[in-house]
Amino acid sequence: MEHTNMTQHISRRYNQELEDIRNRVLAMGGLVEQQLLDAMTALEKLDGSLAEKVVERDHEVNAMEVAIDEECNLVLARRQPAASDLRLVVAVIKTITDLERIGDEAERIARMVGSMAEADGANRLFTQIHSLGQHVRRMLRGALDAFAHLDTEKAVDVWSEDRAVDREYESLMRELMTYMMEDPRSIPSIFKAIFAARAIERIGDRSSNICEYVLYLVHGKDVRHTRLDQQKIEDQD
Amino acid sequence: MKSPQSLDTSMMKSATRQNTGAEDICLEVNDLDLFYGQTQALKSVRMQIPRQRVTAFIGPSGCGKSTLLRCFNRMNDLIDGVRIQGNITLDGANIFAPSVQVAQLRQRVGMVFQKPNPFPKSVFENVAYGLRLQGMNSRRVLDEIVEKALRGAALWDEVKDRLHDNALGLSGGQQQRLVIARAIAVEPDVLLLDEPASALDPISTLKIEELIDELKNKYTIVIVTHNMQQAARVSDHTAFMYMGKLIEHDETSIIFTNPREKMTEDYITGRYG
Repeated sequence: MEHTNMTQHISRRYNQELEDIRNRVLAMGGLVEQQLLDAMTALEKLDGSLAEKVVERDHEVNAMEVAIDEECNLVLARRQPAASDLRLVVAVIKTITDLERIGDEAERIARMVGSMAEADGANRLFTQIHSLGQHVRRMLRGALDAFAHLDTEKAVDVWSEDRAVDREYESLMRELMTYMMEDPRSIPSIFKAIFAARAIERIGDRSSNICEYVLYLVHGKDVRHTRLDQQKIEDQD
Repeated sequence: MKSPQSLDTSMMKSATRQNTGAEDICLEVNDLDLFYGQTQALKSVRMQIPRQRVTAFIGPSGCGKSTLLRCFNRMNDLIDGVRIQGNITLDGANIFAPSVQVAQLRQRVGMVFQKPNPFPKSVFENVAYGLRLQGMNSRRVLDEIVEKALRGAALWDEVKDRLHDNALGLSGGQQQRLVIARAIAVEPDVLLLDEPASALDPISTLKIEELIDELKNKYTIVIVTHNMQQAARVSDHTAFMYMGKLIEHDETSIIFTNPREKMTEDYITGRYG
């Protein structure tokens, strides 16, 4: 946390502006988390009205993204932030893009619910997706925690978790394919399940993106498109 | 191989650092101490200033940045009670060596101050002044060099029809560029700029900054500025000084995005004090 003294600017208003931005990102994160939880619950219980609520609330997520973006633009124009302040603004701009996309994925999952409700054997599919969903929800929570506390260890943990999610997703795909082969009549509903699983897996990717921005924010180092073990070797050079 | 979780993130900071030592060095400061009477204004400063690059000195008032700048052409010699230890080399030669003639040194290391200080003479004579001091009197040669210097200072088009008007009639921004033309007329190696734009309006400031960008193709430039965004815009390297010490000197892109020292960070983000 050595570079992240969030207070103590000579300009108190500047402090306030940065603090506001951070708080609004966390609020947006909270809303997106809730959207994901609701979408997963709606899917699990085939609850059409909850799913509808998720779809409706997506515009709130979008509006928050636009508002925070606007605030970041103002800070850039008015304060010309440098060093950790600059990294904060850049990290926020990127983080909210990923949060907004996570919101879109949650909406996508919710939209599956209506069309799946009637399908036979839907329940069996959802138990499989459920575990993947739990995993990804933990990642999103972790990424938001890492952002809130600028906790790089947590960020690295969540970041490396993404591979486990990828593996889980792949094994789920194999399982769903077996179902399709067993019973071709289930193909339409399994397709829906595949789309939902895909959306969930993408949320894992986006959560790990947020962790990358946290590492950038705290250390000033861009770790995108690198693998952890590769990163470690470079650091030793 | 250790598990990914054991990644030591504290190591990430060091990986992007590049050594500025690989570049061609013009000025080198070696353990420089400077005292004004009993007061120590510079404390074992060590730095290398690369050739044909812009190096900016930033830091709060009284941190020693102007004092250090004035050492490069020995302007401090003019102040009573100044004592200097350590040395500065220009292209490897000690500028404090007894054999160095200060007038010649200042010809190689030109200086421009905060307030434009043209002589109360014509535009032409201002630029020709240093050349006349060197004994140059050929009208043809003077014409040529004056035009070249004024073009070099991005002023020619604005003054070519009034070369023989009094320079004090020019605007502040034009006067500052005239002073820069006067400095480059004698073809120095190094240009020292002490707050060159702080008395100018924003547009004139931008013109000076644009000029600095042009000038670095020929000269090594050292600039002292209180305007941090200006340092960020014009310089290749930035040195942050505090209480007579050089705290951090690195590429400008690093200083303004990810400085190594907390003090630098606090200063450039406006947390200092």
